[in-house]
Amino acid sequence: MARDTNSTSTEFYRKKNKEEMKYQLVTFAAMIVFTLVSFGLVIGEFHPMFTIPVIILLACVQVAFQLYYFMHMNHKGHGLPALFLYSGVFVAILTILAMVTIVWW
Amino acid sequence: MSTAYAQKNGFFAGLWDYLTTVDHKKIAILYLIAGGFFFLVGGIEAMLIRIQLIQPDNEFVSAGLYNQLLTMHGTTMIFLAAMPLIFTLMNIAVPLQIGARDVAFPFLNSLGFWLFFFGGVLLNCSWFMGGAPDAGWTAYAPLSTTSPGHGVDFYVMGLQISGAGTLIGGINFLVTIINMRAPGMTYMRMPLFTWSSLVTSVLILFAFPALTVGLFLMMFDRLFGANFFDPSMGGNHVIWEHLFWIFGHPEVYILVLPLFGLFSDIISTFSKKRLFGYSAMVFATVLIGFLGFMVWAHHMFTTGLGPVANSIFAIATMAIAVPTGIKIFNWLFTMWGGSIRMTVPMLWTVAFIPSFTLGGFGGVMLAAAAADYQYHDTYFVVAHFHYVIVGGVVFGLFAGLTYWWPKMFGTMLNEKMGKLAFWPFFFGFHLTFFIQHFLGLMGMPRRYWKFQPDQGLEIGNLVSTLGAFLMAIGTIIFLINVVITTIKGEKVSGDPWDARTLEWSIPSPPPFYNFTQTPLVRGLDALWVEKRHGNGKMTPAEPLGDIHMPNNSFIPFMMSLGLFIAGFGFIYQVDNSSYLILAVLGMAITLLSMFVRSVKDDLGYHIHKEDLEKGAGSE
Repeated sequence: MARDTNSTSTEFYRKKNKEEMKYQLVTFAAMIVFTLVSFGLVIGEFHPMFTIPVIILLACVQVAFQLYYFMHMNHKGHGLPALFLYSGVFVAILTILAMVTIVWW
Repeated sequence: MSTAYAQKNGFFAGLWDYLTTVDHKKIAILYLIAGGFFFLVGGIEAMLIRIQLIQPDNEFVSAGLYNQLLTMHGTTMIFLAAMPLIFTLMNIAVPLQIGARDVAFPFLNSLGFWLFFFGGVLLNCSWFMGGAPDAGWTAYAPLSTTSPGHGVDFYVMGLQISGAGTLIGGINFLVTIINMRAPGMTYMRMPLFTWSSLVTSVLILFAFPALTVGLFLMMFDRLFGANFFDPSMGGNHVIWEHLFWIFGHPEVYILVLPLFGLFSDIISTFSKKRLFGYSAMVFATVLIGFLGFMVWAHHMFTTGLGPVANSIFAIATMAIAVPTGIKIFNWLFTMWGGSIRMTVPMLWTVAFIPSFTLGGFGGVMLAAAAADYQYHDTYFVVAHFHYVIVGGVVFGLFAGLTYWWPKMFGTMLNEKMGKLAFWPFFFGFHLTFFIQHFLGLMGMPRRYWKFQPDQGLEIGNLVSTLGAFLMAIGTIIFLINVVITTIKGEKVSGDPWDARTLEWSIPSPPPFYNFTQTPLVRGLDALWVEKRHGNGKMTPAEPLGDIHMPNNSFIPFMMSLGLFIAGFGFIYQVDNSSYLILAVLGMAITLLSMFVRSVKDDLGYHIHKEDLEKGAGSE
């Protein structure tokens, strides 16, 4: 009986790890594609008003991939780190926004 | 038989113990001594300012010295007096209130203190080395970047070092409160002081980096020929104002929020009632912390940000009156119908409510951007922020020190002397600052060395100075009380106030490992729950076992000393590049200390179960 539960739990974790590995490979591939796209946009000399926002957007998605898939923030028990991360991002954005709109504009 | 905690006697053994301690209760005492010292220094500076302004056209101090005095009064009181005294309260109370044996990072706690201490000493060395900073505590560019001499350099280096200490302290409490609560101590069962310390630590975490960045830019401008704040070289001096106030406004909430929490605990204890609207109080605390980050430009209404920016920041500022109002009413409702004991902490608290509310009204008036053009840089502003900082923070520190004195030292401050200290301070405070509202409305500008006769400002300034003397008398009586209490040394029980929270469930002063067994928390006001529904003692959450304790360490002192020496090197290398040797030497000491800390395993030690049963550590 005890051995049974043990084996099912290892099987469960093995399955789970396999799934995680799959996600990591997918995100890794996506990140390489994003990087190639960014380089492509610059090499192809698209209009800067198109290139810059797209590259920034892709960068944000890459950061999210990094945090959630490689640094395991998609796992349970990361609520507080996420809260503090987003609070920090909020304060930083507020600062930059204020500088851009009322100092430099 | 473990002898690691065997007591050594003698003055130098005691001094060494304090220099190396990582115990949060001893660090609280260190913060109290250092912060109390700087509080007196800042107070003397304030008295000199007020004596200079006792009559028109006075020549008591020179114009240059006056500028140094007012700059150092502000800087000292905020960074070197209020902050460390708040850390005193947080260090003594937070781990005990959540049922922890120490903070999460005892080594960092010690490092935070020594960084603050050496930063403060560096800043005050300027008095003896060619003049203190003289560009105001806000150090606006270009006044600060072009100020001659080394005064502002000391400001930059001193605040940079002590700011790092504060940041370390804030992160430490954040981790402590999140991770080290006793079983059953859920977030919504934490005492309000712990809650407000949590929010304060969050504010420290997010606000101090702005100061660090600002100070670095200032340092490079002044010491290494950069031009961040020089418009003629493509810089922009308004950036300093923004960076300073992005830090500076949260800073004032960092100062006052822990004391809001403290007042909540005191009111509930001495009204013998559960705090009215506990969850609303928590919500209001968090909301004040959140809003505190979007109001900084109300210090800059006259800088010329434009009507849209001014309106946004004006409205955000007024919004803060809402959660603050929630708190004021909740305090009043807690007292309503309670069985109130007018002890000294309660007296300060009751005096705080109307005093702080007056300051808050001044704040809402200043928040109206259009009207602020009239008030800006007058004594009206001085009156407003002294009402909130003295009426909120200083009253709170007196209340908190009296309240937790038995927990820190095992003795009670004399109640009669405490009241004798309160009344002159209270009346002196209102005499000093209430009339300054009117001086400001009459047009008296702040930070000026002199005022002229026959402009109707004489009486107001005289009254203000007399009030300042009353405040000094109150402070001196408090100090005498401390001395007398310490000499008498009458020990009291663990729970002299008949209080409600966990820190009162253990002896005063607590054994160095705090809780022999981690307590089980069964509700809000954990000790009160046991007094009402149990046998008056906390139920242990674990069997008696070995306790893991950290070793003392001298490394934090050395790390901070290194930065202190390097600070002088950076300041004086402008005159002569051979001073860079000092910078290199100082940084070498710091880096070497960090290296030693990294490679040397320090696993601490255990107090064994058998020794605990024999009563090790308890006096």
